[in-house]
Amino acid sequence: MTTSISGVQVYYYSVCKRKLWLFSKGITFENEHDRVLEGKVLHERSYPYLERKEQLIDNTFKIDAVEGEYVREVKISSKMANADRMQVLYYLDQLRQRGVNKKGLISYTKERKTEEIELTPVEERKLKESLQKILDLLDQPIPPPFKRLPYCNQCAYHSFCYAREETEE
Amino acid sequence: MSDHYIFSRGRLKRKHNTIYFESGEEGQKALPVERVDNLHIFGEVDLNSKLLNLLTKYDVRLHFYNYYGFYTGTYYPRTKNVSGFTVVQQSMHYLDPKKRYYMASAFVESGVHHMLRNLRRHKEKTGSYVDTIQAERVKIPDGRTIPELMGVEGRIRQTYYRSFNEILKSDFIFTKRSKQPPADPLNALISFGNSLMYTTVLAEVYKTALDPTVSFLHEPSSKRFSLSLDVAEIFKPLIVDPLIVSLVNNRVIGKKHFEDFEGIVLLNDQGKQRFIQEWEKKLATTVRHRTLKRKVSYRMFIRLECYKMIKHFIGDEPYRPLKAWW
Repeated sequence: MTTSISGVQVYYYSVCKRKLWLFSKGITFENEHDRVLEGKVLHERSYPYLERKEQLIDNTFKIDAVEGEYVREVKISSKMANADRMQVLYYLDQLRQRGVNKKGLISYTKERKTEEIELTPVEERKLKESLQKILDLLDQPIPPPFKRLPYCNQCAYHSFCYAREETEE
Repeated sequence: MSDHYIFSRGRLKRKHNTIYFESGEEGQKALPVERVDNLHIFGEVDLNSKLLNLLTKYDVRLHFYNYYGFYTGTYYPRTKNVSGFTVVQQSMHYLDPKKRYYMASAFVESGVHHMLRNLRRHKEKTGSYVDTIQAERVKIPDGRTIPELMGVEGRIRQTYYRSFNEILKSDFIFTKRSKQPPADPLNALISFGNSLMYTTVLAEVYKTALDPTVSFLHEPSSKRFSLSLDVAEIFKPLIVDPLIVSLVNNRVIGKKHFEDFEGIVLLNDQGKQRFIQEWEKKLATTVRHRTLKRKVSYRMFIRLECYKMIKHFIGDEPYRPLKAWW
């Protein structure tokens, strides 16, 4: 039984359900992956002028930074825009449940692009559905089967998923 | 990322944010910590907790070997890849006799596949040994208990090592496997190579969520990380044995690289260094992987084996051991 969900889990749900499952069981490969390292450095270098960054809320989720009426999140690229949106929507919803109303701002620094996110009733419904599906998925005893996705190559789990023996000759 | 080996006497210390090795003979040498994966200590070395904290931060493992070059233990940083779920599933595969036998026989089967692969390179000379091994091999899937399987494996290995007498060009002779202590140069080479294999496997297992103490072919014991022994069964004939044959036949290592301490035969420092040099080269050799579709080093093949085991334990995909296809 899983009770609390993290922002990364919401993000992974939109990226790859298998990754979400494996990650949630502690099977992680992020440590030594270059792209993950790149993301970490990006986060460390963002908002040098802000003091309140990397806020851990109620010991359950961490947001990059709060600036005025915005919750901010930086990303390397907008390839996973939908996943990014879900993650920020989740933060907004969590904050709203605690009586704080904010909007979201995702910065794609390399692309010099930002996206504003608002938690509308439609978005809220979408998010609630996803959260229920995440909880159901985490209760599954075995991981969702391997499925080739166009961005598998860039994933920290690539070697894990693709390591297999070909049918014997 | 690489492995470093220290043979001389001296002191390992942290200076600023890197590792330094100080020795009387060679002065001070810097080892950039970001580029070290494993440190192997063969010499007499002093170190302190400040250094260990640095190694922990950068996930560097420290392997110790005694005066005779035998593995004694590892300082390994607090593990970051913890998955209680995986460990529970792994243990479940140990507890169920059928599931345990499946894993154990997979390791043996893969090891034998690689032994036969070596012998086939010398077909003319090893035909009869291959036949004997084949006859024994058919008993692997039929065996019912782990001790029986161990027996099959032991008999195959004896035949396999005896065939080295046909393959080795110089006067290295195999009479009988003697581990502790090795009684002749060939046994010394096998022991040293297997020792390196064991720590290399261990280092890769640590990078995954597997528990190195829960094993299948070897009985899990408190003394050793027995899962490394299991996985080493696959890789000893793939990596160690061909290396020994090449070292001997190309005369990289000869009789002068051994010392005899009243019947205990061991590689001397120069012999160890030559062995390790070729060992590192071998581990870095790459092969194009059929399902990853990229070049993969021998060292990485060990990690991939761990990944496949995890997939098996968590009910994702049945484990099929590596059988070198190249």
